[in-house]
Amino acid sequence: MRTLGSVVAAFLALAPLAPVAAQDSMPPAPYAYRQLPDAAQEAKAQALMETLRCLKCQSQSIADSDASMAGDMRNEVRLRIAAGEQPEAIRAWLIERYGDYVSYTPQLNTLTWPLFAAPAVILVVAALLLRGRFRRGRKA
Amino acid sequence: MTASPPDSAPNPGPGRESRRPGLARWLPLILFAGFLGLVVYGLARPDNREVASTFIGKPIPAFALPPASDERPGLDNAHFTGGKPRLLNIFASWCVPCAVEAPQLAQLTAAGAEIDGVAIRDRKDNLARFLAANGNPFARIGKDDLSKVQIGIGSSGVPETFVVDARGVIRYQHIGAIMPDDVPMILRKLKEAGQ
Repeated sequence: MRTLGSVVAAFLALAPLAPVAAQDSMPPAPYAYRQLPDAAQEAKAQALMETLRCLKCQSQSIADSDASMAGDMRNEVRLRIAAGEQPEAIRAWLIERYGDYVSYTPQLNTLTWPLFAAPAVILVVAALLLRGRFRRGRKA
Repeated sequence: MTASPPDSAPNPGPGRESRRPGLARWLPLILFAGFLGLVVYGLARPDNREVASTFIGKPIPAFALPPASDERPGLDNAHFTGGKPRLLNIFASWCVPCAVEAPQLAQLTAAGAEIDGVAIRDRKDNLARFLAANGNPFARIGKDDLSKVQIGIGSSGVPETFVVDARGVIRYQHIGAIMPDDVPMILRKLKEAGQ
């Protein structure tokens, strides 16, 4: 209990230091907190922003984060949507810069395909095993 | 023929499965051990929150930033082509580690490196104070109020330093403050970018 207490105390002592390193005094980007006038476009942008990772606060999406960089990314996403760009093209643009990590939606590529193939492979293997077992059962 | 007592036969099924009992029996444990190994590996691996740019090896995207300071011109991508490899330092006056790396930037310029700065979400007066206090190693400083250049090259924080070769291609990314130990490495990366 004492160690837990000291860990908590150490955390509390360090916590106020963290935001000091990243605090700017500039106003947020124009479309960081403002929605697009076109509701359909805003819905598209919102759906995309909820699946993009904030790089400053990595367990939040840019839609959820108040980090100024997340605001700048929302501004970028909204302006691109307003300019007619497709959400998946914007996601690809960000992945080109930050890797798959920036996207919460898993991407199908040479590294991740086994993940997507695994359920089908397991089903096929299970079917083969069961078939073998049933046949054996019939013979016995 | 001796009849075995019923409790000594764990698998009452007919013949075939008992032919190779070794593997069938150990497989689940082996799989579990493999899984456990994976978990231990994942837990033991040092925590790394840095997101490295995947834009290394690609040409710096087109941009044109106005000057962030009255002492230096602004910055655009054309500035990186021709000439020699340059350092692109992403920084801000409000960023504490940026002040920490200032002496190292001065050391780099003293060694012949040319550094351009991109000031992220910074005010002119704050930046002037920062440069007066920490020195101004920059040839040019662009004002990036929307983190546009930062996002454009896959940088996720301040400070970060990129080595850009004479063709305008990004060759290397250093995440975080440049510490005294890093200076020779950065100079080497600059030299490599010039070959």
